[in-house]
Amino acid sequence: MAATRKQPTKAQIRRRNLEVALEYPLDWLDERSGLVGGVKYFLFRKVPADTNWMQTLGSATLTAFIVQAVTGVILAMYYRPTPQSAYPSIVNITDHLTLGWLVRGMHKWGASVFIILMFLHMGRVFLFGAYKYPRELNWIVGVLLLATGMAEGFTGYLLPWDQTAYWASVVGINLNGTAPFLGPWLAQFLRSGQEISGDTLSRFYSLHMLVLPGAIAGLIALHLYLVIRLGVTSPPWSPEAAGRERPEEPSDLRQGLTQPAAHGTGGQS
Amino acid sequence: MEPSEHGPDRDDAQHHEPSPTLYPLGFAVGIAVILVGLVIDPLVIGSIGFVIALVFAFLWIRDATRLHREERVAVEAERREAAAKGVPVKGERFPRSRFLESMTVGLGAVIGGIVTVPVAGFALLPSFLGQGRHKVDLGPLSEFPEGQWIVATFMTDPAAGEVSRRTAFIRNNGQLGNVPSFTIISNRCAHLGCPVQPNGPIGKTSFEPTANGRVRLIQATPAGFGCPCHGGQYDTEGNRTAGPPVRALDRYSFEIDNGRLVLLSAFSVSHVDGTGAQAKIHKYKLAGPGQHVDGGEQWFYPIQPPHH
Repeated sequence: MAATRKQPTKAQIRRRNLEVALEYPLDWLDERSGLVGGVKYFLFRKVPADTNWMQTLGSATLTAFIVQAVTGVILAMYYRPTPQSAYPSIVNITDHLTLGWLVRGMHKWGASVFIILMFLHMGRVFLFGAYKYPRELNWIVGVLLLATGMAEGFTGYLLPWDQTAYWASVVGINLNGTAPFLGPWLAQFLRSGQEISGDTLSRFYSLHMLVLPGAIAGLIALHLYLVIRLGVTSPPWSPEAAGRERPEEPSDLRQGLTQPAAHGTGGQS
Repeated sequence: MEPSEHGPDRDDAQHHEPSPTLYPLGFAVGIAVILVGLVIDPLVIGSIGFVIALVFAFLWIRDATRLHREERVAVEAERREAAAKGVPVKGERFPRSRFLESMTVGLGAVIGGIVTVPVAGFALLPSFLGQGRHKVDLGPLSEFPEGQWIVATFMTDPAAGEVSRRTAFIRNNGQLGNVPSFTIISNRCAHLGCPVQPNGPIGKTSFEPTANGRVRLIQATPAGFGCPCHGGQYDTEGNRTAGPPVRALDRYSFEIDNGRLVLLSAFSVSHVDGTGAQAKIHKYKLAGPGQHVDGGEQWFYPIQPPHH
């Protein structure tokens, strides 16, 4: 519409007014917070041209965590963490409450999915060499996420308070107790005393739904921050050097940097 | 590599290239020898592996930190300090802004400490302090005929309910001199704490009302005790005969009060020589399952948390 300046038709004016009205809330928000720009920066990043489906495993893990968080919050509305009523409340959720069986099933099976996806994601990062400089710190954060995720599995396993839950936790806590030097102290802390009791149940519940998810959420934020800051790696077979932005028009100098394969070296610089 | 073509990037690449070294391999070999030694002969082969790992760890660390240790004399530090101080305002030896900064951080730390210390104490200490054990009344001595194994199931703390239910294997050994002798073995497996079961037929069950609620007494004729979780096996004195447990089964001390058998605290046992009233029990402070009480591995658990 650049060539000749025509008077806009009524339909065009109506359309423009509608757009302004629709975008007004977003504009209002962005003017005061800059959040729209932030979200765009977060979502519309440049990634290497030849990213792979394997590189969606991290997002899949995040999705699994969100499912666990949401279903967990809802289960907490019906679950009672006391020795007398923990198991009956689980039975109530599973057998009597509408759709309780589904949400509990999602939480139970989703826990395994979360752990499995963490390992697959970790394997992808390892095999792609994506843990190398400058991303070592993100590998370390990922390992902490794996550890807290497994601790979630351990603490969650006691909550149904049936025979499997009880004896698996006895064995798990005593395994911690065999660690040298501080092991016996760690075991007694986890158990909240000499023997498993009602205190152990509420302790595990608190760890499971407050401490560990908080830690995981914080670590995920750090993990994502580093992903955004450092960028996504190219697959190892990529002709592009890992972690470098693809130039729009490669100059002679940039070509030397971004296509080392032509010089007979690998993808890593 | 043709680093000369890469221009300014060359330094960057060289700085992050780890120098090739064989020390990590030696360290890995040491660890492998330790692991093999743990299976075959912890004292000799394990120690050899430990020494190998230690030597190569030292060499590896020395090699990895060589650059840092040599190039310590950089001028950077001095320049930075000068930059951080900024332009000193004339006549102001200790700037006001610096004072306010340190007060903010310092007071914040004090407030944080005042809040954190009691909260952390509340999180940690109750698990370790005031761990009282209750005496458990198991009923009159007439319920424990001489030479008969009884599987007693009782609540250590009736107020806590079923969660405090424990089991002991009890045999009346008759009199030793003038003192009654009992073998009282805890059913907590010395591997990882699963409930050990009697290997043998069980007889009649009775229930005995006591001060600790109803105690269940089952007659049994065990040839030994076995654990359902990981297959640990014990003889009738609680000595490990097979499987993963690291010591014998724990035992309870007891007293006779007004003709009734009363359980006191538990203790750990490395092994038992002899049987029945003549048994020589190698007794230790109560340790958690899976923790060695004798041999070289006992040094892994030097200080036990406070026990009842």
